[in-house]
Amino acid sequence: MSHEGCSHLLAGLSDFLDGEASAELCAEIQKHMADCNKCRVVINTLRKTVELYHQLPQPAFPDDARERLHKTLELSGYLK
Amino acid sequence: MSEINQDRELLERIRAGDISACDDCVRIHSHGIYRLALRLMRDPADAEDVVQETFLSAFKGIDRFDGRSGLSTWLYRIAFNAAMMRLRRRRPEFVPVDRADEQEEDLPIPEAMVDWCLLPEQELVRSEAREEMERAIGELPPKLRAVFVMRELEELSTEETAQALGLSEQAVKTRLHRARLLLRERLSSYFAAGASTNR
Ligand SMILES: [Zn+2]
Repeated sequence: MSHEGCSHLLAGLSDFLDGEASAELCAEIQKHMADCNKCRVVINTLRKTVELYHQLPQPAFPDDARERLHKTLELSGYLK
Repeated sequence: MSEINQDRELLERIRAGDISACDDCVRIHSHGIYRLALRLMRDPADAEDVVQETFLSAFKGIDRFDGRSGLSTWLYRIAFNAAMMRLRRRRPEFVPVDRADEQEEDLPIPEAMVDWCLLPEQELVRSEAREEMERAIGELPPKLRAVFVMRELEELSTEETAQALGLSEQAVKTRLHRARLLLRERLSSYFAAGASTNR
């Protein structure tokens, strides 16, 4: 990301990936990607990064912690 | 029932002193609150304390809840504040007070240019790579981390995240973008190193 055009597009990349960019910005980014290898890599790896963290396992609130929470809430009169 | 109606009904029951409503509220919302707390505190015992504190102060202060935001948004806000209080107490120097001019901060300029998307899928999702991702998330600055977790992992909307954190929607978007760029950089170094040792 050295030349002018690249850094100028940087701020809009999330909007672009989220499909929230204006038609103008989309066209500009697509045109730029066609001849800028660096930005193509940045956008592809940014998209992949988003994809990968969306696949992370989501931890659950552990059962023993839930029991302790219930005790605490019971003592405070919020649960029976 | 839609989430909004579910929230509203739950809120009315809690206010009416219906004990099973508190139970339902805990059942529905504890996982999300715990995940936020865990990713902010990075310690299961601390996260559990934050969850306890969140539900205690929520039920205690339920009459002060104005219902303008959703119940879950309000709970996330309480949890975030409780977590930040604890983090500040633990290491004051690592939780700077928000600066008003942050929007003018430069975005992190991408440096890593390895196209690791070409790596085989099994490389990308192996448990070591996931651990690296969790570490990278855990090492985001807390103010970016909170936005990131709410928007991307708990799937709150930009508006809900802004309400929960007391930020403008634009600030939420900017922080999320910064967080993504930082994570991309971290993963790029990780996969680039792996790719070169494997060959
Ligand atoms: Zn470029």
